[in-house]
Amino acid sequence: MDMTRRAALKTSAAIASSVLFPMRSFAQETPRKGGVFTVHYGAEQRQLNPSLQASTGVYIIGGKIQEQLVDLDAKGQPVGVLAESWEAAPDGKTITFKLRPGVTWHDGKPFTSADVQFTAMEMWKKILNYGTTLQLFLTAVDTPDPLTAVFRYERPMPLNLLLRALPDLGYVSPRHLYEGKGDIRQNPVNLAPVGTGPFKFVQYERGQHVIAERNPNYWRQNAPYLDRIVWRVVTDRAAAAAQMEAGQIHYSPFSGLTISDSARLGKDPRFIVSTKGNEGNARTNTIEFNFRRKELADIRVRRAIAHALDIPFFIENFLGDFAKRGTGPVPSVSTDFYPADNGPQYPFDKKLAAKLLDEAGFKPSTGGTRFSLRLLPAPWGEDITLFATFIQQSLADVGIKIEIVRTDGGGYLKQVYDDHAFDLATGWHQYRNDPAVSTTVWYRSGQPKGAPWTNQWDWTDPTIDKIIDDAATEVDAARRKSLYGDFVRRANTELPIWTPIEQIFLTAISAKARNHSNTPRWGSSSWHDLWLAE
Amino acid sequence: MRVLVLAGRRLAASIPTLILILIGVFLLLQLAPGDTVDAMMAQMGGGDAATAKQLREFYGLDLSVWAQLGNYLWRLVRLDLGFSAIYGKPVATVIAERLPATILLMTASLSFAFFFGLILGVAAARGVNKWPDTLISTLGLMFYAMPTFWFGLMAIVVFSIYLQWLPAGGFEDITVSYTGLRRTLDIALHLVLPTLTLGLFYMAIYLRIMRGSMLEVLNLDFVRTARSKGMDETRVVVRHVLRNALLPMVTLIGLQAGTMLGGSVVVESVFSLPGLGRLAYESVIQRDLNTLLGIVFVSALLVIAVNFIVDLLYARLDPRITAGN
Repeated sequence: MDMTRRAALKTSAAIASSVLFPMRSFAQETPRKGGVFTVHYGAEQRQLNPSLQASTGVYIIGGKIQEQLVDLDAKGQPVGVLAESWEAAPDGKTITFKLRPGVTWHDGKPFTSADVQFTAMEMWKKILNYGTTLQLFLTAVDTPDPLTAVFRYERPMPLNLLLRALPDLGYVSPRHLYEGKGDIRQNPVNLAPVGTGPFKFVQYERGQHVIAERNPNYWRQNAPYLDRIVWRVVTDRAAAAAQMEAGQIHYSPFSGLTISDSARLGKDPRFIVSTKGNEGNARTNTIEFNFRRKELADIRVRRAIAHALDIPFFIENFLGDFAKRGTGPVPSVSTDFYPADNGPQYPFDKKLAAKLLDEAGFKPSTGGTRFSLRLLPAPWGEDITLFATFIQQSLADVGIKIEIVRTDGGGYLKQVYDDHAFDLATGWHQYRNDPAVSTTVWYRSGQPKGAPWTNQWDWTDPTIDKIIDDAATEVDAARRKSLYGDFVRRANTELPIWTPIEQIFLTAISAKARNHSNTPRWGSSSWHDLWLAE
Repeated sequence: MRVLVLAGRRLAASIPTLILILIGVFLLLQLAPGDTVDAMMAQMGGGDAATAKQLREFYGLDLSVWAQLGNYLWRLVRLDLGFSAIYGKPVATVIAERLPATILLMTASLSFAFFFGLILGVAAARGVNKWPDTLISTLGLMFYAMPTFWFGLMAIVVFSIYLQWLPAGGFEDITVSYTGLRRTLDIALHLVLPTLTLGLFYMAIYLRIMRGSMLEVLNLDFVRTARSKGMDETRVVVRHVLRNALLPMVTLIGLQAGTMLGGSVVVESVFSLPGLGRLAYESVIQRDLNTLLGIVFVSALLVIAVNFIVDLLYARLDPRITAGN
């Protein structure tokens, strides 16, 4: 009986999929070996080694070649890759990883705990962005045998923090190609990475393409399916959409196409456009307030600004179905940390906004203007540019005049994070599965000047500093979660940064691809099970 | 021989200009907020202040502007273009990798524009104020007015997406590795649309210039003489008119070699070609000063070389120039 029910379910699912995707037939659903998968690569990086640079631009290539100790499975739970199991001491100061046996580097040398030790101490702790913060209190990695790596910390390291950080910040590099070869940052291996992953690096032609091919000695049986992956460098978004339509590109990750092209390709049966597979790459649109301006140091003004923006209107008319109202610094896709109560929200209410501004003592002048602010939009995303214009127009209605200052990436970071030459800034905050990885530094005071994506708003709050510090070393998972609930509520009450919109990156992929988007950070993952139907 | 001396003198005169341009670009880029380390941080998605300081020291960005400029010029004297911060390679290597695509695109576009501009211009001039002239002139005006990127994208929509005749972008097919003649053909196919996109605008200019100068020369006395001697019309046009009408066209090539490098930024982006134009754009965004200055230097050399060839062509077309009077 049970069998028939299962069979019936299977059949109905197959029928549903054949209605949705009439080109697919059942016979093709047996995984096929072979094929070349072509990927849109929008912005070239200085190097491709994910042990040295945590960014999707590096993972999209380096993550197929190198592997990390731990990745996330389909449900978003940590699953071993180069590590098979792990264990934390009760005091949280020692975490032991048992490594996978029989794994070799692409050059044939065996993978051992010495590689993990070297990568952790020399790369994660010293060079890797976010890794330097995460591993700040790492004192040593012991290697009692080739398949055991013992991480020793000066202060307690919550195991669940480490496991959620390692998918991004836990890629291992081959010690024998780095040790004693001079400056790690300048090592040529960074541009021709050697790893243990399913694909081997073949060629990088700057400005054109990167090629990787199947690793015949990969440790997972029968993997990978693809013969080759080719990343095509296409900087123009419209050109990338055209190349997808012409069949030259199979996959455009991380919202690489324009919003309008994504919507258009989404209606074409040859492509699938969705946010699936990017849940681990959630981001919020932010408004950062510079507390050095006396107007913005007044909480009533910050709240007034939040109330003055009709966020649902903006989402509906400019971002389509791919965004939703944000509730705080921890996005709703974070099953581990999203609090039941996010604290105060700021619904659209122009009258209330005007009232708050009046109360704060900023009455409109004869022209209707209360004061002017300089707004710096970050240059990485169409939505940010649109949002800046929307902020400008909405705030004009309540008497705040906005001057938009446009710059490129380098200019934006310099002016906001080094010169503090901004009143309002708007950009993205990318959430990395645990608030301690890259979220709390936006709120913790005492960040050194010039460190991008940290609290440079001149906002100091001993209460939130204490919550952040306590949570960072709290080894009890339930208590950590509750501390981060306090953090979110405090952040939403004091509003040093407002996170009005929550988004997940968009993926556009050929309908021929199978086993795609099946993990929360799929674009960055190893693609060992990805295959292409005929 | 005399023309070589003449051209050589002009070559020597362009060196101070070149140095001034380099200094100008160097100082201009100092006005942009942020340096290469800021751009690097933007790309990485974060990093701490200590790393930034370390990187600034590594790239010599902690020195004063004048010290940096001095260092650069001193390296240039030794023909060293420096090291690229984004590419992690010597600038000379980076440029050498990108140069072929740009030179191919420029040569193809210029030849296309020159050849068709000439033919259409002559045809229009010969049928002046009749239908061929009206048709050709209207077309010319259209190509002149059309934005390059728009034409490029439309060409992709028609020829790559609907008809599937030509590739939508890239320099060659990388999913298969062709060699020899097959590869040449493949690259040629990839260059058809970019060449048309970049070339049509210039063709429109050449067409008008050619038509104008043809009409002017056709009315000169020596043409009337030739005709009255009973020479047939084709011979008159080819031997007498064309040769004289070509001079303004050749002048224009020299001028446009420079503008074309600028125009190639758009075309290279739309068609994802790995050329110098896009490299220049990326170097500005990444604040990679060495690479940008290297490109300015090499482009200036290219323009000088084209003008040198133009000088030689002049002499061939108009012997009076060699006479040196």
